[in-house]
Amino acid sequence: MTAIMNLKELLTRNARQSGIYIAFVAIVVFFAILTDGTLLTPGNLTNIVLQYSYILILAIGMVIVIIGGHIDLSVGSLVALSGAVSAVVVVQEGFPWWAGVLAALAVGVIAGAWQGFWVAFVGIPAFITSLAGMLLFRGLTLLVLDNISLSPFPSAYSEIAAGFQNGLLGGSGYDVFTLVIFAIAVVGYTFNAWRSRQGRIAYQQSVEAIGLFIARIVVVGVVVMAFGWQLANSRGLPNVLIILAVLIIAYTLITTRSVFGRHVYALGGNLTAAMLSGVKVRWVNFGIMLNMGVLASVAGIVYSSRSNGAQPAAGEMFELDAIAACFIGGAAVTGGVGRVTGAMVGGLIMAVMSNGMQLMGIDQSVQQVVKGLVLLLAVAFDVYNKRRAGASAGAVGNR
Amino acid sequence: MATKNILEMHSITKTFPGVTALEDVEFSVEQGEIHGICGENGAGKSTLMKILSGVYTHGQYHGKIIYDGEEARFHSIKDSERSGIVIIHQELALIPYLSVAENIFLGNEQRRKTGLIDWNATNHAAEKLMEQVGLDENPMTPVFQLGVGKQQLIEIAKALSKDVRLLILDEPTAALNDEDSQHLLGLLRTLREERGVTSIMISHKLGEITSVSDRTTILRDGKTIETLDMSDKDATQDRIIRGMVGRDLESRFPARESNIGEEMLRVENWNVYHPTQDGRLMVEDAHFNVHAGEVVGFAGLMGAGRTELAMSLFGRTYGKNITGEVYKSGKLIKTRDVSEAIDHGIAYVTEDRKRYGLNLIEDVRRNISSAALSRKLAVRGWVNGNAEMKVAEEYRTSMNIKTPSVLQTVGNLSGGNQQKVVLSKWIYSDADVMILDEPTRGIDVGAKYEIYTIINRLVSEGKAVIVISSELPELLGICDRIYTIAFGRVTGETSVDKATPEGLMKLMTQEKAATPPSKKKEHQKS
Repeated sequence: MTAIMNLKELLTRNARQSGIYIAFVAIVVFFAILTDGTLLTPGNLTNIVLQYSYILILAIGMVIVIIGGHIDLSVGSLVALSGAVSAVVVVQEGFPWWAGVLAALAVGVIAGAWQGFWVAFVGIPAFITSLAGMLLFRGLTLLVLDNISLSPFPSAYSEIAAGFQNGLLGGSGYDVFTLVIFAIAVVGYTFNAWRSRQGRIAYQQSVEAIGLFIARIVVVGVVVMAFGWQLANSRGLPNVLIILAVLIIAYTLITTRSVFGRHVYALGGNLTAAMLSGVKVRWVNFGIMLNMGVLASVAGIVYSSRSNGAQPAAGEMFELDAIAACFIGGAAVTGGVGRVTGAMVGGLIMAVMSNGMQLMGIDQSVQQVVKGLVLLLAVAFDVYNKRRAGASAGAVGNR
Repeated sequence: MATKNILEMHSITKTFPGVTALEDVEFSVEQGEIHGICGENGAGKSTLMKILSGVYTHGQYHGKIIYDGEEARFHSIKDSERSGIVIIHQELALIPYLSVAENIFLGNEQRRKTGLIDWNATNHAAEKLMEQVGLDENPMTPVFQLGVGKQQLIEIAKALSKDVRLLILDEPTAALNDEDSQHLLGLLRTLREERGVTSIMISHKLGEITSVSDRTTILRDGKTIETLDMSDKDATQDRIIRGMVGRDLESRFPARESNIGEEMLRVENWNVYHPTQDGRLMVEDAHFNVHAGEVVGFAGLMGAGRTELAMSLFGRTYGKNITGEVYKSGKLIKTRDVSEAIDHGIAYVTEDRKRYGLNLIEDVRRNISSAALSRKLAVRGWVNGNAEMKVAEEYRTSMNIKTPSVLQTVGNLSGGNQQKVVLSKWIYSDADVMILDEPTRGIDVGAKYEIYTIINRLVSEGKAVIVISSELPELLGICDRIYTIAFGRVTGETSVDKATPEGLMKLMTQEKAATPPSKKKEHQKS
């Protein structure tokens, strides 16, 4: 029998996931009102995307690390190191922009493999390994840059993060190309949602009522198209947004559909059980850290491109923002739980809060306090929920 | 000898959801005696001791405890310790990186008036206690540097520091060699004579029980069977064994026609050492085989080395310095890690499904697919979600897993259904040798019958099944052949029509043949 869920069931059944989306909407509305709508202006939305893209990229890798039951503190330093190497190659040695990109990615691969080796094969906890990495990579950054900033990049390089796709299909006052891309995205989302709903029905799983389903598609469609409209009215489609979208889609697939992704959840959920089921725990752990290294270097490329140079102090505290995004987005401290999309929303919550508070002219110190409290409350909510769920699960188990 | 009872427990009943662990148990201990407790695993020995030591507090059980002539109501372990009852568990509760003295006085620190710890007093007092238990070590030595035998003595010294009057020891000699065991047992006698300490000792080593205890109580299925006076010449090991196993074999097992085929798995010269304690042999020179269509039982008491044997075979997941040969269908194979073992069609269903068998926060579907994900459900590293769903649904039906949906979190299912999920996972991995470690532990009678039916189905499909169990009726009910394991060695092989519970129990408690001189006395008795 196919169970049809109504709105209330849907919300209570997955309180953590729905809670985060509701919180996100509430925060957007809250700051939109407080800033008299400035938050949602085309220029500002573009800014939010550009400003927080590298945190979101880091959060994609970090959520996988956290699902696997680890933590990575070195990503901020790695952002700096990969940007620095790229800057040396391009700015100092005069190679073309793509050579810088490749060099930065190579740094990510080597650093990721290095940390993966210690975590997976030597068995040093990731906390310690990456704490060492944090110092190590920062020190190397200073060495590579000789303690000074390197800038500016040639324009081809800064286009990576600061550029826009605009005017490809014309349009007067707004960019048609941007709108088309967003429309394709909405159609794709609708198609995917419909297919998964049909799949669930075919396997007699409970699904939301059809009215609710349509309402959800309409709301998402309207919000996404409104966002696209605002971008189209500003400078068009940021390149960064394309990079980010590709990464989000790719990693959503990896975490939910690939054997690797499933093994990450398995060993985060119960390491011994995973090992006894034939999961090659060491190689999965290696892969987790390697992947984090690569994504950190991608973030490093985007960051250096956006800031149009490499600074010795680049990326400081990025690791903490990325980790916070994951936990706000529903990842569990004990591992085994988390989603790429959750981490993205978690990151956006932080982004909108910072941006909103900046627009309101709130002091940096207060911003930090607010962010800290939000992180604490989000995890407290998680713990509370789990305890409640645990209590009811116990009751079921005693049948 | 004094005849006053220091302890009387009257009509103790303790129920857990779905299970009655103890039913109207009567148990009394005389002042100054050493009292043995015998019983199979699950007979209720540990539960009874947990009630006595305040782990299960007053109100969580029915019945009455009279200690030292007064009714006792313990609300915590501290309560019982204050009245001089101290329990030493089988798994020692010492903190490895703290010193001997620190461990002895943990939670009971010797403080100055200022509230700071008086280290001189601590170490001095520890030295005195160590002298009493015959432990000649520096009190400042970290505990992990000492062997298990000495650690056991530290536990006793710790008990003495709490002015123990009634000492409870759960399997105190299980991990000890003969010499250390003898020392420990001698110490119990000394403590009785010098300090009037009464001891209760749970043990599977019947030789020890008959040689050291004054009286012995036998528990079976949560009931007191009898209390034997060991000075009575009828009180032999055989008598104890009969008491431990004597229960009727009802028709709790589905009938099966055995149809035994070719040899499927053969293990020879298998030796396994303890992973952390150097030189401690956990499995010694084991030989066994199992045929297609055959259910082979491994009978052994807890700690006998059954699980260690199975896990060392299954991708060396237990132990180190493993040596020996494994033949699969006559061919020598290697099982160096879990995936290699799975590739050779070996599956190990753990005795502790919650800790080692399941990802409790994941759903039924993904737990079922987890051992065969990359082999059977993925193409180039990508999982076919629809096929996975289909598989999960198939197993839900064929294994009768009672869950509202295969998307239900496994942690929410009952024990029996969780076990069916674990079995599904391994059946789906296409294993043809299934090692089931305590497959019916902690599940109710109805679900047990279903598990037996599944085992029968597996062998009728030509698979080989090894069942590890400490419940003899279970093994006698479902196996074709039974190996007995005691103290790390395979002590016997019996076909099921010739096996009796008494005969098996004798083999399960058989100690090593070559015995040092100090143990002669025991053997004369037996």
